[in-house]
Order: sequence, then structure tokens, then C-alpha cells
Amino acid sequence: MQTKQYPDDVLMLGGHSFHSRFILGSGKFSLSLIQTVMEYGGSEIATIALRRANADSKENILDFLPKNITLLPNTSGARNAEEAVRIARLSRELGCGDFVKVEVIHDSKYLLPDNEETIKATRQLAKEGFLVLPYMYPDLIAARKLEDAGAAAIMPLGAPIGSNRGLQTKEFIRILIEESKLPVIVDAGIGAPSQACEAMEMGAAAVMANTAVATAGDCAAMATAFRLAIEAGRLAYLSKLGRVLEKGAEASSPLTGFLQD
Amino acid sequence: MHVNGVEMTLEQSVSLQDFLMAQGYDIRTIAVERNEEIVPKADYADIMLQDTDILEVVHFMGGGQETIGGHSNADKTISR
Amino acid sequence: MRTIYDPMTYQPQMQQLDSTMLETVQEAMAAFEQTTYIEADVKSALQKQTCSVQDYAALLSPAAMPFLEQMAEKAKQERKAHFGNSVQLFTPLYISNYCENQCIYCGFNCKNAIHRSRLSAEEIEKEMQAIAKTDMREVLLLTGESRTASDVQYIGEAVRIAKKYFPTIGLEVYPMNVEDYHYLNTCGADFVTVFQETYHLDCYEKMHQAGAKRCMPYRFYAQERAILGGMRGVGFGVLLGLSNFRSDMFAAGYHAFLLQKQYPHAEIAMSFPRLRPYKNHEKTAENDVHETQLLQMMLALRIFLPFASITISTRERAGFRDNVLPLCATKISAGVNVGIGGHTEEEQKGDAQFEISDSRSLAEIHNAILKQGMQPVYTDYINTNLL
Repeated sequence: MQTKQYPDDVLMLGGHSFHSRFILGSGKFSLSLIQTVMEYGGSEIATIALRRANADSKENILDFLPKNITLLPNTSGARNAEEAVRIARLSRELGCGDFVKVEVIHDSKYLLPDNEETIKATRQLAKEGFLVLPYMYPDLIAARKLEDAGAAAIMPLGAPIGSNRGLQTKEFIRILIEESKLPVIVDAGIGAPSQACEAMEMGAAAVMANTAVATAGDCAAMATAFRLAIEAGRLAYLSKLGRVLEKGAEASSPLTGFLQD
Repeated sequence: MHVNGVEMTLEQSVSLQDFLMAQGYDIRTIAVERNEEIVPKADYADIMLQDTDILEVVHFMGGGQETIGGHSNADKTISR
Repeated sequence: MRTIYDPMTYQPQMQQLDSTMLETVQEAMAAFEQTTYIEADVKSALQKQTCSVQDYAALLSPAAMPFLEQMAEKAKQERKAHFGNSVQLFTPLYISNYCENQCIYCGFNCKNAIHRSRLSAEEIEKEMQAIAKTDMREVLLLTGESRTASDVQYIGEAVRIAKKYFPTIGLEVYPMNVEDYHYLNTCGADFVTVFQETYHLDCYEKMHQAGAKRCMPYRFYAQERAILGGMRGVGFGVLLGLSNFRSDMFAAGYHAFLLQKQYPHAEIAMSFPRLRPYKNHEKTAENDVHETQLLQMMLALRIFLPFASITISTRERAGFRDNVLPLCATKISAGVNVGIGGHTEEEQKGDAQFEISDSRSLAEIHNAILKQGMQPVYTDYINTNLL
């Protein structure tokens, strides 16, 4: 975000700086739409997934993404740390830089991340020079271990993937923002720009969304709405929220009436 | 030989590069794991495949968070 | 000839940790300009769900004085949310008053001609039995700061004896190395309290003329060494009124905050001893700590570190002690005698460090707690080391 008031406000991830705080997931779009959506959303980072190639598939997602963006391959499909590491290595082999979003999911119903395996994968990949952004269940203890394991940021979920239910884990994300030295990127569950704005107001470093944009009636307009909401939330956070209305009358027998100086 | 989980028979000795091209893969966009080890692109021409090999041939596609119901499991990478 | 140590220089045998926490605290304290805070800063701090370091500074500033009632309201909510109605009780026992330091404000000063003594193992056992009869389950063992007169082995022996009668044991003794803390932890000690007295180096240097205590960083890192030695929790405190009490309190709170950040499992406690203001001394009036200022410091800390335990000193009068329990304090001593020994029928063996203001018995304090609508608690955790 580049505003008059805070021209130097950038998102730092593993030594790289970004002006946009909107990370866009590239799933569920028709390929022809992706570039437009990325542009309207102002995103500088897009996640992509690794899949088995079909011999006859001629369309390559990389041809449809803007050239100047940072690719963030995820490890979706990995059910344990070892698989996540294999997928990350294959992704790097495809020549898209060192970023990787570690996702380890061993639950097909709610698709909740396995923090324990995620920590293991993060440790290994950080050791191999990856810039690791782990997708996680918002647990402070796991966040500390991820920090220790060398993560470049943490990506706690707001609600189950694809649920569009907003910040169901708000209180726990607030704790992570307060306690963690790493940037906190809210990932999953963000279904509306207002929810993205709320996360940013709390002090989240960035928001990642995919389903909410991909399933909107007008994807490009929704991407714009997310961009504006994320910028608004960031600006509100930077300019420090004002005071809520004061509470009512003071107690009739004051709490401090016992003092004798 | 297994390629992306599908069994096939290797009729004659062939290099990885020739095999991939014959199958119709776009070499530019894929990465290959042979028996759980990544094969650098520069080695494709030198590697002679064996009928016992297990290949995973992968490429990027759109993806955000793990998709609900969007893909069948066979589509996902890495299985054993 | 006696060596005069630089207060920032470690003396032989003092273990050094690889840490910059002292510098961090000193820099933040230097940047804390208490007169720059205004009403709006205080109001904003009182509105927030989480109190930042800056909010804490605002609450400690003179600008917050007119908001004492609102601070009390907020602190009371935090206290209730984190500790409910419980009030922990403990009894301190001084086992030795030998001291090798020269702290010009302290009754144990080695140049002070007081009656010195230390309890023998037998005497400690008797004291423990006397205290245990009163239902008390937590004891705080204190010594003057003399590594020769009350060495680590001696303290360890006292802890072992105490452990026979008390599930929870705190120590308020001279700072020591990690291995010493570890040894005392294996003997059964759970908590270690070390008062920094002041975080202002110039004042610290002036007040502590000789002895091991003169080394400021060694004292500063005592809590960290205690945690590394396996202690469950650590206590902090400054002697309010020694130097600028607001910035000292800022430093103490920030020190505790940083330590908890680095060791999230460590339990944090804060004490608030003060030098009482004396009359006809208006020149330093702005540094005088009256009850109002003392309460402000306690409320600010409660709001800043809502999870920390706050001990209310025996130096304060009964009316003050009772009333701060629902607002901020969570721990109170009872059945106190600050002389050496003194819990048995026999006469006390050595002179006291200071005078106490609240001489009520345990039963009286127990009832006073109930009268405040609070619940006395004698022990609140199981020590799995001893299961």
C-alpha cells in the first residue's frame, strides 16, 4: 500500500518487500480471468498449486499470470511433512523462486491443517533455504515453534477453507498478532471484504483470499473491493483506532476511597 | 513402470527426455520425480528409463487453499 | 585495600548470560518521558483490550492521576478475569540476617550494628512446624545477602526442611548462578524473587556501595538465571521512592514483560515495596510515594500484565492491604515476623530488616479477605517433581 500518510509501509517477507497486502489464491478461476483479477486486486503474490501433469494439457497457468508477481507455490495435497517437503522441492525445481506455502492437511472433512506436521516440514524446508509461509491452525504454542523452525510468516486460518465465514478465530488470531514476531497473514475463511478489513484493523500483516473472489458474481470488481478493504484496514491500524464512547456514571462508592496519603 | 500412478509397460529402453516428448508433455512446464528423486532438467536426455521406475510428472495449476471437492484425489500429487 | 567495583562489571564467579535485555530495558526507560503524556493517552489506554507498553507508560504518568478511579475499575475487571476472587496466602520466614552489602537504605547493611544470627537446621524445623500448624501452605524463605554466612548448601538444606511441611516454597535470597538455582529447585524451591531496587544506574551505584549487590547486571539477570535453573516463577520489584518511582516502575514492568515473552512458561510476580515519604521534605515531593501513587503503580501494572501475580507488602497498613485485594493484588502475607525466626514461643534471634505495618494474625487476615468478598487460597498447584 502506498498512501500519502505512510509511504514506507511495506510487507516484509523473508527479506523481500511488498506494497500489496492482498495475497490472491489462483484456484477456481478460469485461466483467462486470472490476470484481470490480479490487476484489479493489486496483488503482488499469487499462490499456485502443483498437480500431476496430463500429457495432453497445453494450457500453462504461468502464461496467464502477470510476469512481475511473486509466485507462492503451496503444498496442497500433502498429508504429512514428508510429502510437503517433496512437493516444495518439486515446485522449486520448476523455477519459481524460494517461497513456499506449507499446507499439511490430513482431514478431508474440514480440511484443518496438521500443525505438528507443518512444524516439521517448515523446519526442514527452512533449512534447505526456502522462505516458508506455513498455513496453520491459530495456536500460539505452534506459532512459537514455527518461528523457532524458521518460518518467514505464519498463516493462521480465520475459518475452515472455502467456508466464507470470516474471522471465526478472531480472538486467537489477535493473540498471535500480539505475541508473534512474524508477520501474521490471515488465510482461509475470509468471505467478504469487511472481514478482510477487520483482520487488517487488528494488525494482520496481510490477508489471503481465493474462494470469495473466485465465486463472486463479478470477480474483477470483487478483487477491487478486497484491495480497498485491505488498504482501509491497514490504514486504520496504522492510524490507531480512536476511543469508543466512555462508560456510564462512576460507582457511587468509589473504589479508591480508602486511600490515606 | 508407473507414471503418475498409472501402470504402463516400457517396450524398449528410452531416455527420459524422449519418453516425455513422445507422451506429449510440455517439457518447459513440468518437473519430474523419478523414484522419489527430483531429476534436474539438464539430465533428462542422459537418463535411461527402466521398467521398474516410478515417475511423477507435475506442473503448476491454479490453487489457493486446498479445494473442497474440486479435485479427485488421483489428481493430487504424491501418493504411494 | 578494598576494590571499588564498577557497577556494570561482573565480579569473579558471577555467571554472564548472552542477553541484551538490560540494554533494551534501559533504553526504553530513558525514552520514557513521563510528562509528555496527556489525558487522551490515558483514556485511550483505558479503552483498549490489550495494554501496550506505551499504554502502560501513559498509565504510570502523572497524567493518569485524575483517572485513578477508572484505572481501579479496569484493574478490577482484569483481576477478576484472570484470578477470580482468589487471594493467595503465604508466610515469610527470615532464616539469616547476615549481609555483605552496603545498601544505604537497608537495616541489614553490613555496617549497621545490629544483632546478627542465622537459624540452625533444628531451629528452621521448629519454625516450619510452628507455621505449618496455622494451615499455611506456602512459605517464603529469606536471607540477608551473604554468600558466606548463608551459602547455597545452607539455603538448600532449609528448603529441604521446608518442603516437608509446605508444598510451595519461594526464595528471596541473593542472586546466584544457574546451577545454584537448579540445585535449589531440586531441593524443592519453586519461586525466586529478586528486587532490582532501582533501574537507574547512577542511583543504583550510589545506593549500593559495596558487596556483590553492587554489580547491577548480575542482579538484573537473576530472574532469567532462575528460570534457566528450572524455577517455576520469578518475582520482580523496585524500592519505590529510591529514585524516580514512575520510571523505575516502568522499567520493572517492562523487564517482567520481556522475560515472559522470552520464557512464556515462566510465572511472573511483582512486589511494591516503598520508602515512605517523610515530612518537611518538599523538595523531592514529586518523587514521594504516597498511598495514591503506590496504588496508581499497582493498578497500572495489573492492567499491563493482567496475568502477573501481585504481592501486597506487609509494610502497608491493614486498611490499604485489604482494599487493594479486589482491585489488583493477588497475594498477601500473613503471620509475619520479620525478625530472624520469631514464629515459635522463643524469643526472636536477630534484628529485623524493617518495621511492619500489618501485624494481624493469619485468622484475622483470613477473615478480612472473606469480608472483601474474596476467597483465601493456601496452595494452588501440584509440584510434579515431588509426586
